[in-house]
Amino acid sequence: MIADILISVLLVIGGVFGLVGSYGLVKLPDLMTRLHAPTKASTLGVGGVLLASMGYALVNGGVSWHELLITLFLFLTAPITANFIAKAWMARHVTAADLPPTGGERTWATLDLSDLPMQPELTPPPPPGRPT
Amino acid sequence: MLRKLVPHPGLTLLLIVTWLMLVNEFKWGSLVFAAIMGIILPILTAPYWPDRPLIRNWPAAVEYVGIVFWDIIKSNITVAMIVLFRPAAKLNPAWVTVPLDVTSPEAITVLAGTITMTPGTVTADLSADGKALLVHCLDATDPDAVRDDIKARYESRLKRIFA
Repeated sequence: MIADILISVLLVIGGVFGLVGSYGLVKLPDLMTRLHAPTKASTLGVGGVLLASMGYALVNGGVSWHELLITLFLFLTAPITANFIAKAWMARHVTAADLPPTGGERTWATLDLSDLPMQPELTPPPPPGRPT
Repeated sequence: MLRKLVPHPGLTLLLIVTWLMLVNEFKWGSLVFAAIMGIILPILTAPYWPDRPLIRNWPAAVEYVGIVFWDIIKSNITVAMIVLFRPAAKLNPAWVTVPLDVTSPEAITVLAGTITMTPGTVTADLSADGKALLVHCLDATDPDAVRDDIKARYESRLKRIFA
């Protein structure tokens, strides 16, 4: 009985946050602000449903691990998707004048059209073939 | 010999655990199959990870995960409140430059992902020389405070984890 109530509460919380995330997509004024609603509000939305699902499996005498995997994959993919959408939008609609300075000599990677290598210090050229 | 068979023990272990979780119940057959994949895949993908991330401080890494989870819950509520109760005209969206002290690609990736998942901020870009992150804030009256908060709360911890 208590478990049922707890699972229901989690489902409702998940549903509410999922709804708010979708509503944010409609309501917020431009792409960059819209990006905030689904990356965040839906995390807790999905999280609530997953916790409810694990709880339901536990009550019915089993342990379910799929939810942990979904959480892991969600945390890996959500920031990358957001980053790619932001970069695609920046490439089309944003100029260097709209953005704060980088504080270094070169501009932001999306706007950098020079032939210089990107992030030269971070990506040393790998040795050819397999590492020994 | 063992080093040659299992060149990347962490990846092998991750693959085995992931496979067993996908199967969703423990069976010896699954364990055998997971072990086969855990041995074959790291050998096949070896050319793609010339330098692998080294976590030097595991307690700090666990603490970091805990902090990030807590911040995600907080950020969800903050963003939901803004979406529901703040008229669009009263938002203060802002771009913030976060100069980086961490230099390893792994640490920067984790930092960028964390910023996206936490209160009101999304990582949009990295500077071409890899020394600063471009962050978009949903509602920031004081962009400098956001920058200092990111550096103090996340970057300093990442420095200790990946140092």
